Amino acid sequence: MQALQSVNEFVIKFANVNGTGSASANNLFAKAIFRMGLPVCPKNIFPSNIQGLPTWYEVRVSERGYLGRRGGVDIMLSVNPQSMPQDIRELEPGGYFIHDNTKPLDLRLIRSDVTIIGIPLTRICNEQYKDPRQRQLFKNVIYVGALAALLDMDFAVLTELVEDQFKGKEKLILPNIHALELGYQYTKENIACPLGIRVRRADKVGDQVLLDGNTALGLGAIYGGATVAAWYPITPSTSVVDAFERYAKRLRIDPGTGRKNYAILQAEDELAAMGMVVGASWNGARAFTATSGPGLSLMSEFLGLAYFAEIPTVLFDVQRAGPSTGMPTRTQQSDVLSAAYASHGDTKQVLLFPSTPKECFDFAALSFDLAERLQTPIILLTDLDLGMNDNMSPPLVWDDERQYDRGKVLNAEDLDQIERYGRYLDVDGDAICYRTIPGTHPEKGAFFTRGTSRDEYAVYTEKGEEYEKNMHRLMAKWETIKQWVPGPVEQAAGRDTDTAVLFFGTSEESSMEALDYLVEEDGIHLNAMRVRAFPFNHEVEAFIARHQRVFVIEQNRDAQLRTLLMAEFELGPDKLKSVLCFDGTPISARNIRKQILQQMPGYNVTPLRRDKLVGGLGE
Amino acid sequence: MSYQLPTFRHPELPVNELGYTRADYEGAISTLCAGCGHDSISGAIVRACHELSLEPHRIAKLSGIGCSSKAPTYFLGKSHGFNSVHGRMPSVVSGAAMANRDLLYLGVSGDGDTASIGMGQFAHAIRRNLNMVYIVMNNGCYGLTKGQDSATADEGSASKKGDANPFSAIDLPGLALQLGASFVARSFSGDKGQLVPLIKAAISHRGFALIDVVSPCVTFNNNAASTKSYDFVREHAEATGTVDFIPMREEITASYAAGHAHEVTLHDGSVLHLEKLSEDLDPFDRVSALVALEQYRARGQILTGLIYMNKDSRDLHDVLETSRRPLNSLREEDLCPGNKVLVNINASLR
Ligand SMILES: Cc1ncc(C[n+]2csc(CCOP(=O)(O)OP(=O)(O)O)c2C)c(N)n1
Ligand code: SF4
Repeated sequence: MQALQSVNEFVIKFANVNGTGSASANNLFAKAIFRMGLPVCPKNIFPSNIQGLPTWYEVRVSERGYLGRRGGVDIMLSVNPQSMPQDIRELEPGGYFIHDNTKPLDLRLIRSDVTIIGIPLTRICNEQYKDPRQRQLFKNVIYVGALAALLDMDFAVLTELVEDQFKGKEKLILPNIHALELGYQYTKENIACPLGIRVRRADKVGDQVLLDGNTALGLGAIYGGATVAAWYPITPSTSVVDAFERYAKRLRIDPGTGRKNYAILQAEDELAAMGMVVGASWNGARAFTATSGPGLSLMSEFLGLAYFAEIPTVLFDVQRAGPSTGMPTRTQQSDVLSAAYASHGDTKQVLLFPSTPKECFDFAALSFDLAERLQTPIILLTDLDLGMNDNMSPPLVWDDERQYDRGKVLNAEDLDQIERYGRYLDVDGDAICYRTIPGTHPEKGAFFTRGTSRDEYAVYTEKGEEYEKNMHRLMAKWETIKQWVPGPVEQAAGRDTDTAVLFFGTSEESSMEALDYLVEEDGIHLNAMRVRAFPFNHEVEAFIARHQRVFVIEQNRDAQLRTLLMAEFELGPDKLKSVLCFDGTPISARNIRKQILQQMPGYNVTPLRRDKLVGGLGE
Repeated sequence: MSYQLPTFRHPELPVNELGYTRADYEGAISTLCAGCGHDSISGAIVRACHELSLEPHRIAKLSGIGCSSKAPTYFLGKSHGFNSVHGRMPSVVSGAAMANRDLLYLGVSGDGDTASIGMGQFAHAIRRNLNMVYIVMNNGCYGLTKGQDSATADEGSASKKGDANPFSAIDLPGLALQLGASFVARSFSGDKGQLVPLIKAAISHRGFALIDVVSPCVTFNNNAASTKSYDFVREHAEATGTVDFIPMREEITASYAAGHAHEVTLHDGSVLHLEKLSEDLDPFDRVSALVALEQYRARGQILTGLIYMNKDSRDLHDVLETSRRPLNSLREEDLCPGNKVLVNINASLR
């Protein structure tokens, strides 16, 4: 057996029991690698349960800068007997299986093509600590110390990190460093280290930061000037409002009075949360809510109202696996259609698709400008993978010259100039009308906001022509919107090709990596486009038109982005091919490559079967 | 508005302190059925706002869906209005009130809108003591969808269709008391003398003020077997006492015999006189109010008037400690921390 050899390119996975405090130890490991100057991408794969069930943490380390899931595992650190059979199966041939050998390994599990490394974690803990909670917590820190020895890591980086992490709780620093040393020393003395896989300091992360998308959204809402947040708890979006609140407490207290320049309301349900956002936005504040699929379903009623009555609102939807309650802690991109056409009747909602924490921040702040400029709901779609995992990202930047775009709002002086104000008059020919904020002017500008049909002066009417005129204007506004939303990002292949891939959001990293594999291993060159918003603009249409065949890569069963493209551009089904993954884990580069190969002319040796297209945990 | 009222007004119509006549507080001509109780309530709102000399544009009127929720079109034509969706007015007001604490929020709803589809939002707006006036135009039936029983229809009461309602009724004032409402009143659309001062007091109260107004639906629920008909309510209503509201600006001249009257100074300095008729009720004691409500109900009577008021009410803004400046008036310089802060945040993420 040839053990895997690599420097700075590998996938390591931790198999733990939920609720044992492993998350912070695993995070310590990932962050140490990052501080050694290596691109790193940790992903939490956790159950919808507080305690007891298996949980995993997968870390991609890649000096080449690949940050998506590659597929396969090179090192498995398994301290959960429950998942051990599955864990060992996932290893690549030549991989390393590290386990707690206080109890001997079940011989039936042993694979001859992997290196098995036993470290008596429980025994070390029992010898060192009396308190059961300490035994459990420090076991995790001890294995991080052991990994430092096995992978030849810079031990000083770990101790510095511990010092930074426990600043303010100094009592915890020494015991943690001690635990790290226990693992490190034991491994150095008893096991042949380092392994064939190791890490070396590099200088590959520059000024980038490690940040989760939800925190970036919360910060974006702060910078974007949101003053009202209304929400109802749901995984994986809860930490958006948590982050908003955390930063608001620091950055949004009125210096004179000590009072809050923001209001956060935990609503009784998502319906009410969205109603609050509608009410606050109608009244001239920048307001937002954050939710996930089940919440989006409830919010649809108000989204329809906000669309039709043209009220700027902002909604962050951190997608998880549906339908219904689905898999609450697993990732998907499956709210695309229900968000795009949210609510009954002819509605169309504006969607934004960020791919990185920096884009989460930028698009969150932008959402408020767009909502007010376009007077319509803006739904920002991320997913659990981006929202809840630390992602490497360019640093966040704010242009201090930037002014909020409040859109077309008439103040008292404006109203004085106007003979008769009409809320739904298309004065400028761009189908966006002028609104007034309640309380502005004693005599002019008041109108009735309603979800029922009305004329240009906001007066209720059921006249067919008036209704149609309004609906045509809303469609014309949709055209205007295309100029305002972020355009797609294109990457040309190294060679002329009539085939392309198209994707959005978190599929980006794996897709780009898969394109490299296709060039290197199969000689296939493909153009690429990442869409960043719905409505799709004309560049997207032109890109599709330029190609014979476009693979649409997305993480849902029903090819929702593809459906949307077909519907909006009136395309036939032949041109757009699907690359899908919907098992609840992020799509991997290997999976994408495999699916593309199966559908490439000349490569499709096995007939395409949709049910076979999905990568399991290991892909 | 679809029907504009004629703008000519007699030059000698009384004007209030702002120089506005009552007509300045009216809206479009009503399209509700002639005789609908809701129109009388609209009239009472117009009178209360006129007499209090409120600036119409500083009032926001919001409602759900139903005949009752249409009523805001027929009053306060100079105010911004919002017909939201069925049962969800409270959440829209919650957001609006968060955005601008300086406007007066007048919510209008029906018994279907409030007690069925909107029950959750109603309960939670009370729980948060949202600073608003919440008027339920309560006819015990669904007017707009043609007369089905609502959740406030009394057991045994029959609508026009004739079948007696088999379910027990939700009593909104009782429920509001249980939920901790800081102001609870009930009135009758046919009793302007009682309703107008109640509306005024509700407006001056800081916090959630519920006025449940029995408002007969002449088209679907005004028959002999209905407990929400004009005749039934006239015969069975008992008042807690007379209510007299004196705005802050007026000199207080009325005098009441001690032991028979309460005087309450409200947050804005206005004074509320309550002449006590009902021996069973102390309107500043929640338990007493609950007991009285139940006793009247058991006797088949409808207790009207001010049922409960918390004189030291703290509204949602007080609890959340939000800025005294309306949040919607804050600008970039108040809201955006700038790039320097972001540089530090980035540094903490490495
Ligand atoms: C979600 C939804 N369901 C049902 C309706 C139909 N609907 C309109 S008004 C109404 C009931 C109104 O009753 P109430 O609130 O008592 O008002 P009233 O008309 O009696 O004044 C119903 C069921 C609707 N508009 N929206
Ligand atoms: S149907 Fe009833 S509630 Fe509706 S307007 Fe007519 S009388 Fe009023």
